[in-house]
Amino acid sequence: MKRILVSIKRVVDYNVRIRVKPDGSGVITDGVKMSINPFDEIALEEALRIKEKGLAEEVVAVSIGPADCQQQLRTALAMGADRAIHVQTDAIIEPLTAAQVLKALADREQPMLAILGKQAIDDDCSQTGQMLAALWQRPQATFASKVEVDGDKVRVTREVDAGLETLEVDLPAVITTDLRLNEPRYVKLPDIMKAKKKPLDTVDPATLGVTPVEVVKAVHFEPPAARSKGIMVKDAQELVAALRSKGLV
Amino acid sequence: MAKVLIVAEHDGNKLNPATAKCVACASQIAGAEISIAVFAADPTAVAAQAAALQGVARVHTVTHALHAQPLAATIAPQLAELAAGHSHVFGPSTTFGKDLMPRVAALLSAPQISDVMAAESATRFKRPIYAGNAIITVEVPADRQIVATVRVASYQPVATQATAAPIVAANPAAAVPTHTRFVSVTAARSDRPDLQTAAKVVSGGRALGSAESFQILYSLADKLGAAVGASRAAVDAGYAANDMQVGQTGKIIAPELYLAFGISGAIQHLTGIKDARTIVAINKDAEAPIFEVADIGLVGDLFQIVPEIEKLIAQSN
Ligand SMILES: Cc1cc2nc3c(=O)[nH]c(=O)nc-3n(C[C@H](O)[C@H](O)[C@H](O)COP(=O)(O)OP(=O)(O)OC[C@H]3O[C@@H](n4cnc5c(N)ncnc54)[C@H](O)[C@@H]3O)c2cc1C
Ligand SMILES: Nc1ncnc2c1ncn2[C@@H]1O[C@H](COP(=O)(O)O)[C@@H](O)[C@H]1O
Repeated sequence: MKRILVSIKRVVDYNVRIRVKPDGSGVITDGVKMSINPFDEIALEEALRIKEKGLAEEVVAVSIGPADCQQQLRTALAMGADRAIHVQTDAIIEPLTAAQVLKALADREQPMLAILGKQAIDDDCSQTGQMLAALWQRPQATFASKVEVDGDKVRVTREVDAGLETLEVDLPAVITTDLRLNEPRYVKLPDIMKAKKKPLDTVDPATLGVTPVEVVKAVHFEPPAARSKGIMVKDAQELVAALRSKGLV
Repeated sequence: MAKVLIVAEHDGNKLNPATAKCVACASQIAGAEISIAVFAADPTAVAAQAAALQGVARVHTVTHALHAQPLAATIAPQLAELAAGHSHVFGPSTTFGKDLMPRVAALLSAPQISDVMAAESATRFKRPIYAGNAIITVEVPADRQIVATVRVASYQPVATQATAAPIVAANPAAAVPTHTRFVSVTAARSDRPDLQTAAKVVSGGRALGSAESFQILYSLADKLGAAVGASRAAVDAGYAANDMQVGQTGKIIAPELYLAFGISGAIQHLTGIKDARTIVAINKDAEAPIFEVADIGLVGDLFQIVPEIEKLIAQSN
């Protein structure tokens, strides 16, 4: 079966203003709104569009993390994923561990594509997709803004520093999504009801042969350096004068 | 002792300044021995520039026709092989480095530290998380090889050294895969300074309303010798090219002067400009969050103010 694997990370919603705990032991996440990582929503949307074009038959959503991740997987099922796999663990999941889990699932599910977000907006690592591609020994097309599946190949336009780069890679392959790839659909109420009946399997990382290890230890958290208070000017003349006094124009 | 291998970013002729910033980061590790690896179809010119960087002890060149395009899939296995015997492998946090380094890390079973802002020791690093709203200090056990990307906005390029480092040809045995093929790149080349290294940046947001309106910013930028940037909203709406986006998912920049016109100041945008020396904000909404970070703020209509600024600058020159 032509299958697409999509990873769904549960993260602090992008609208939340993150604050560091006063003792520097972490950031405040109690009672904070949690959502699907925005890039993963885009990944799922792209997978659904490929399926809707008849180029894939099944979309499988995967999330790695604690029990609460099932909320995001249910949302993914409501958006249109056919089934979900929850790799349940309370351990800290570093990108390399996430990639190992996804590699084990790729071996099991044999997808034509694995689509991930280009970065998780909590750790901002931007590593997991590339690591999965390395472990799986498959091509990677990161930061995608256009994806065209064509037989046993896929053509991907990538957002790079220089502009837009196009790659052609053999399937199976790993794609990571950039923001302009698509606009994810809204979930409708009937879909939420239907999603309750879709399969959601729970597995242990150990069953997949992966033991989460924490190699990169968090020592301390701090807020970013504050900028000094600025001034307000009343018109362009004052503005240019202020810039001139700083030697900037 | 730390032995740091840095992968050079270049266009075939010129070394990207990001590489000299990676050297600056590696130099923060006391006693580090620093080498640079150049992958190219013809590495001669780039290797010479790399060898001239202050603190570089050796340059390795890897010559292969497929390295004419810097593809992660083709470079990674060879870089991973060269990394043997090195305690650290660094690349820049540009799209080149972000694409390549995690692939190398996985091949080495090494952890990666992304966007290093400070190397406090060989094993302790600072990096931003949550779009720069928190800075985390991390520690990796001393017996682990470390892969990292260097946040280029946090470093100045190192100077050049009087005696160039030796250049040695390396011949990694790792096969170059052919499953990934370069098709094309559309680079919007312009005579304006490069956004990532420009001393001055003029940037526009959704308020510009059209690609045509952006012309007033280009005109001002040319008077100032500035690069032009944009918010995500402006890029999404097609007013500006994707490579102009500044922010969490665009470019993180640190110019001397950043002029923001009609940009509200969403956290995802601000994370891209926090290291700018002077931030100037022009917005018609006095409550816009951009004013919380601006050094100089002006409430008003950009369509009136931009031409005024341009005229005032022209008068003084
Ligand atoms: C995961 C994620 C990543 C993101 N990454 C980025 C990123 O990298 N970079 C980025 O920029 N955004 C990013 N965003 C989007 C960000 O949240 C904001 O939506 C975006 O920055 C808003 O752009 P803007 O300020 O141009 O538009 P708006 O927020 O619409 O602001 C327009 C401003 O123009 C002002 N204005 C209107 N008319 C005039 C006038 N005539 N004169 C003067 N001022 C005027 C208004 O008062 C307003 O403040 C990201 C979002 C998400 C979810
Ligand atoms: N714990 C996780 N569960 C599901 N997907 C993940 C997880 N961690 C990372 N990913 C995927 O990898 C992408 C990049 O994450 P990162 O490398 O952490 O920036 C995310 O957008 C997700 O698609």
